Amino acid sequence: METIKNYFFSDMGVMLGRSMRHIFRSLDTIITVTIMPIAMMLLFVYVLGGAIQTGTSNYVDYLLPGILLIAIANSVGYTSYRLFTDVQRGIFERFNSMPIARSAALWGHVLTSLVSNAISLVVIILVALLMGFRSPAGILSWLAVAGILALFSLTLTWIAAIAGLSAKSVDGAGVIAYPIHFLPLISSAFVPTRTMPSGVRAFAEYQPVTPIVETIRALLSNQPVGNEIWIALAWCVGISCIAYIFAMRVYKKRG
Amino acid sequence: MQNNSIQVKGLQKSYKQLNVLKGVDFEVEKGSIFALLGSNGSGKTTIVKILTTLLKQDSGTAVVNGLDVLAKPANVRQSISLTGQFAAVDEILTGRENLIMIARLRHLSNPRQVADDLLNRFGLTDAAHRRASTYSGGMRRRLDIAMSLAGRSPIIFLDEPTTGLDPEARIEVWKMVRELATNGTTVFLTTQYLDEAEQLADQIAILHEGRIIVSGTLADLKKLFPPAQVEYIEKQPTLEDIFLAIIGKKEKN
Repeated sequence: METIKNYFFSDMGVMLGRSMRHIFRSLDTIITVTIMPIAMMLLFVYVLGGAIQTGTSNYVDYLLPGILLIAIANSVGYTSYRLFTDVQRGIFERFNSMPIARSAALWGHVLTSLVSNAISLVVIILVALLMGFRSPAGILSWLAVAGILALFSLTLTWIAAIAGLSAKSVDGAGVIAYPIHFLPLISSAFVPTRTMPSGVRAFAEYQPVTPIVETIRALLSNQPVGNEIWIALAWCVGISCIAYIFAMRVYKKRG
Repeated sequence: MQNNSIQVKGLQKSYKQLNVLKGVDFEVEKGSIFALLGSNGSGKTTIVKILTTLLKQDSGTAVVNGLDVLAKPANVRQSISLTGQFAAVDEILTGRENLIMIARLRHLSNPRQVADDLLNRFGLTDAAHRRASTYSGGMRRRLDIAMSLAGRSPIIFLDEPTTGLDPEARIEVWKMVRELATNGTTVFLTTQYLDEAEQLADQIAILHEGRIIVSGTLADLKKLFPPAQVEYIEKQPTLEDIFLAIIGKKEKN
């Protein structure tokens, strides 16, 4: 048993290399996770932005956190899809009958989601800089932002894993992306919540995306984060843990 | 060591109400080709899954390479290789990348060399750098089996290796299976084609309604029937004979 544990990280490395190749060879994935959020950012800043009053001088500064979360939400549908095809094609069966750590295959997909999100987020931030995004935040604040974004992608990835592993069809595997897409739209990601009618506003203020967006925005503009960061963390950690437990349960049943 | 690669006793498995295996017993000799025959849904794949540690039996014991599948699944996995019912290759990777991936996961010292040797042996060198999604059914199956051979496991499981293949590809697979057994590998094969078992297997077991109803060598099984009568029948070539003859001629030219 010892020898098998020792290989966990190298096995996971092989899995990561494999699914990163899948991403780089799929134009469709690259368009959805990077080009689409950038297009949305251009649309909001240069078409709608002039009419949106946020109280900040630069709308792209206000918008960027939401765009980053949208990019993450876009990408998890693909994690779901990749897991689904591995189950369908019998690739997990092949891996599970080999002397490798049982969860390496699943963690490989999760890690792929984190790494590919990191790459697309960096590209999006670079484009935002070209569009005039500026931040006074120091290195610690940036690290905190990176940490929250990583935690957010982990949370969504585990939810996507449940869908991918238990879906009966490709469409079923991808459908998880839709409700997740809506959360950033009904939050303070694009416009301040105070302009919304009271029912919508209540939903927007008490759903997980708003505190995450507010925390990232505060960190990037060097404002105090207050309680928002704890609410954001509580949401992410809580949902992550529950989703992880269910995903592992489904994975063991399937393997 | 023991002479049997696989020993199965009183194996039972049900899925909810469905009683798939009702007490299966058999043994597979080391270095032999064992064919498990049965119609669709007879439980062949369930047996393969139990022996390859993918599924746990309800009762009974299964010992693979001297190791109990329930007690030592990790060690069992080190001595086996599985080629499942559907060619489990990564379609987005090239043939060579697929083999390198498996060689890495088996922690072999020189994955690239292993991959190139296998590509050569399975006649896939020309297609090495093409994505597996562009392969024909026969090529995909060859790649699939090649992936199972990386790491030289002493026992290989082939679950319906020729289902869905054209006659030529089928004969190729048979050739590979024979080669494996000559080199001392134990081959556990499931099939629904009687001629496949007849062509390949040293031992044959027939699974029917959850039990092994007969097992033994082909000669043993033939003894169960009355001695052959000599009759003279005009033998028409089958379409398969004609097909193979024409293809063979073309290749010679």
